[in-house]
Amino acid sequence: MVIRGGRVIDPANNFDELADVSVRDGRIEDILPSGTSSPEGEDVIDATGFWVMPGLIDMHAHLREPGYEYKEDIATGSMAAAAGGITTVVCMANTHPVNDNPSVTQYILRKASSVGLARVLPVGAITKGLNGRDLAEMGLMKQAGIVAVSDDGRPVESAAVMYRALEYAATFSLPVLLHSEDTSLAARGVMNEGALSSRLGLAGIPAIAEETMISRDVLIAQYTGVPVHITHISTKGSLEIIRGAKQQGIRVSCDTTPHHLLLTEDAVASYDTNYKMNPPLRHEDDRHALIEGIRMNLIDCIATDHAPHAADEKALDFDLAPFGIIGFQTLLPALMKIHLEHDIDFSQLLACVSRNPARVLGIEGGTLGRGSRADVTIFDPKASWTLSEEMILSKSRNTPFIGWTFTGRVVRTILEGKTVYRAD
Amino acid sequence: MIWPHKDLVAISDLTRDEIYTILDMSTSFKEISRRDIKKVPTLRGKTVVLLFYEASTRTRLSFELAAKRLSADTTALSASGSSFQKGETIMDAALNVMAMAPDCIVIRYPYAGLPRKLARELPCSIINAGDGTHEHPSQALLDMYSMREHFGTLEGLHVAIVGDIAHSRVARSNAYGLKEVGARVTVVAPKTLLPPGVQTWGVDVSCDFDQVVKDADVVMMLRVQKERIEEKCFPNEREYTFFYGLNKRRVDMMKPGAIIMHPGPMNRGVEITHDAADGNRSIILNQVENGVAVRMTLLYLSLGGNVNGD
Repeated sequence: MVIRGGRVIDPANNFDELADVSVRDGRIEDILPSGTSSPEGEDVIDATGFWVMPGLIDMHAHLREPGYEYKEDIATGSMAAAAGGITTVVCMANTHPVNDNPSVTQYILRKASSVGLARVLPVGAITKGLNGRDLAEMGLMKQAGIVAVSDDGRPVESAAVMYRALEYAATFSLPVLLHSEDTSLAARGVMNEGALSSRLGLAGIPAIAEETMISRDVLIAQYTGVPVHITHISTKGSLEIIRGAKQQGIRVSCDTTPHHLLLTEDAVASYDTNYKMNPPLRHEDDRHALIEGIRMNLIDCIATDHAPHAADEKALDFDLAPFGIIGFQTLLPALMKIHLEHDIDFSQLLACVSRNPARVLGIEGGTLGRGSRADVTIFDPKASWTLSEEMILSKSRNTPFIGWTFTGRVVRTILEGKTVYRAD
Repeated sequence: MIWPHKDLVAISDLTRDEIYTILDMSTSFKEISRRDIKKVPTLRGKTVVLLFYEASTRTRLSFELAAKRLSADTTALSASGSSFQKGETIMDAALNVMAMAPDCIVIRYPYAGLPRKLARELPCSIINAGDGTHEHPSQALLDMYSMREHFGTLEGLHVAIVGDIAHSRVARSNAYGLKEVGARVTVVAPKTLLPPGVQTWGVDVSCDFDQVVKDADVVMMLRVQKERIEEKCFPNEREYTFFYGLNKRRVDMMKPGAIIMHPGPMNRGVEITHDAADGNRSIILNQVENGVAVRMTLLYLSLGGNVNGD
C-alpha cells in the first residue's frame, strides 16, 4: 500500500513534509519524497491535499464492556474510535466486573481482537473492585496484557494505599494513571464550585478537590521515585503544581481533555447534562491556562475520557445524571479547532495524541517511523462539517458538540496496514 | 399591556417594572380573599396542575387556594422526587401531565434546573414553586409585597437575611429581587453557610449578627437544617443559636419599627425563639396571607391576563 501526495506529519520523527508512505506487511516500509514512490501493482491511496499522521492514541477512555453494554461495547466503541482516527484505545478498569484480574483483561482483549477495528489496551485496577484498600493482581494482569493501572472513577483515598500501590506497580514497570480527586471535598458536587454554581443552585466541586490530591500524589511520586501520570487535569492550580514538580525533576506527566480545552462552566447554565463531567468544566482562566500548558509542553497528552452514558441516564436532573461525555469522533476536529483558534502548531497537538502517550505508557505506536506498525490516520484539513446525532457511531450520544461545525475530518483510518474506517 | 412571560422560573428573569407590576396588582387580589364570597370567575375553564415532588404544605396550599379563588380547576399531585432515580424520568411524568392539557403547571422539585427545562419544552405556563437550592420566586415576591405593605416602599430598606444562605432558594430569590427594586441586602451566616461567590451577588455579607441586627429594617430568618451539622457547617444547635438565632436579646436590639420575617417552616428554638416569632415585630402570618394574593397575580398573569386587569 502506498499513501501518496499527502502532508506527512510525524512528531515522533520531527517530520512534516509532503511525502509518500509505503506500507508492507502491516508495517511502515518507507517514507519517500512526494511523487517518488513507484506504486506498480500497489494499492494506492491518493492523499493529495490531506494530512497523513500516525494513528491516534487515546490514553483515557471507557468502553463499558463487560457490564455496561447498554452504554457502549467494545464493537461500537472500536467503530467510533476508528471513525475518529484513533487506532489505539486505552480503556479504563471501571467495568462490571472491574478489570482487577487477568480473566477480565483477557476477556476485553479477546473481544477487541475479534472486532479488530482498533487496538484496545486495557488498564487494570489499582485496587480490587476499585475499593481503595486491597491491591489488585497487577502482575498477573500485566502478563494478560494491561498497559497501566488506574482506579479512575473511584480515586484512591488512602495515602498509605497509594504509596504501596506506586511501589507495587513499579515492580512490574506498570505506569500509574491517576484521577486525582479528594472525594470528601468533591462530595455531592456536580459542577465547578464558584459564583455560577451558587447562582444555579448546584453543589460545587472546588478546584482544591483536584489540586490537593495532585499535590499528595506528586509528593508520593517524589518520595518513591515512581513516575505518575495525572489524568484529565482541569485547573490552573493543577498545572502550577505539575509545573513545579517537573521543575524539581519529579517524574510526573499529565493529560487534559478536548472539552476542558474548548468549554467552560458557563455552558452549565443551561442545566444540559452533556456539560456534566468529572472533573467539571472550569473557568475561562483555567481553560486558558490549559491551552498555554499545551503550548509550553507542560501538558504531555490529550485524552478524550470518552464516557458513554445512555440517553435515559443523561435525561435525569443535573444533580442526578452520571458524569461524562463521549469524545472519540470529535477528538481530532477539536485539536484542529485549538490549532486554528490558538495558533498552536498542529504537530505539537498531534504529539499529545501520538508520540507522548506512547512514551508515557511505554507502548509501541504513535509514530510513522520506518518499521513501525502501520497505524495511519488520513485527515482532510479543509472539510467543514457539522456534527449530527446520526453521525455518532458510539452506542451513546452524550456529547455537547452536536450542532457544532468543525474544520477537518478523518477520511481514512488504517490499523496495521488495514483500512478500518473510510469516510463515504 | 400584555404580560410578556409564559412562565415564572426565576426572579432574575424579571425586570424592576415587572416586579412592581406584580406587587401592585396583588393588592386588588388580596381584597378578594377578604370578601365573604372569596371567588372571582377570572380563570374559569383553566386548569392548574400542582406537581409537588418535595414536602410542602404552605406553598402548595397557597397556590391551590390562589387558583381556586380565581375559579381555575386544580389538581395537586404530591410524590417523592427520588422516585426519578431510575425508570420513569421526570420528563416522562411531565409529558404525561402535558398530554392532559393543563394551562399551567406549578412545580416544586428537589433539584435545581427542572422548571427552566419544562418552561423551554412544554407549551403550558410553568411556575416554579421552588427547585432545589436554585430559586423560589413566588416566596420572594410575597416577601417583597409584605415589606412594601408594611413600610410603604422598598427603596432604601435594609433587609438582613440570616441563616443557611448557601442552601436557600429563598435567600437567592430575595437577594436578586430586593437588589433589583433598590433595597439593601445583608446576608448573615457563618462562613460555612455562605455560598461560594456570594460577593458577586451585590449584597453585603456579614458573619456578625449582633452588629447587623441593630441596623436592619427587616430581619428575615431562614430555617437551618440539622443535616448541616453532619456536613460540618456548624458544630451543634447550641452554638448556632447563640450566634445566629433571633432571640429576645436580639429582638430588643432591633431598630424601632423594624420587623421580623420567616418563610417557614420555623425551627422554633433554633433560628428563632417564640419571643421573636410571635412578638409584635413579627409579620410572619401576614406573609402567609399575602402569599395567596401574590400567587393569584402570578397565575392570572401567566395565564394570559392583562397587566391592567381588564
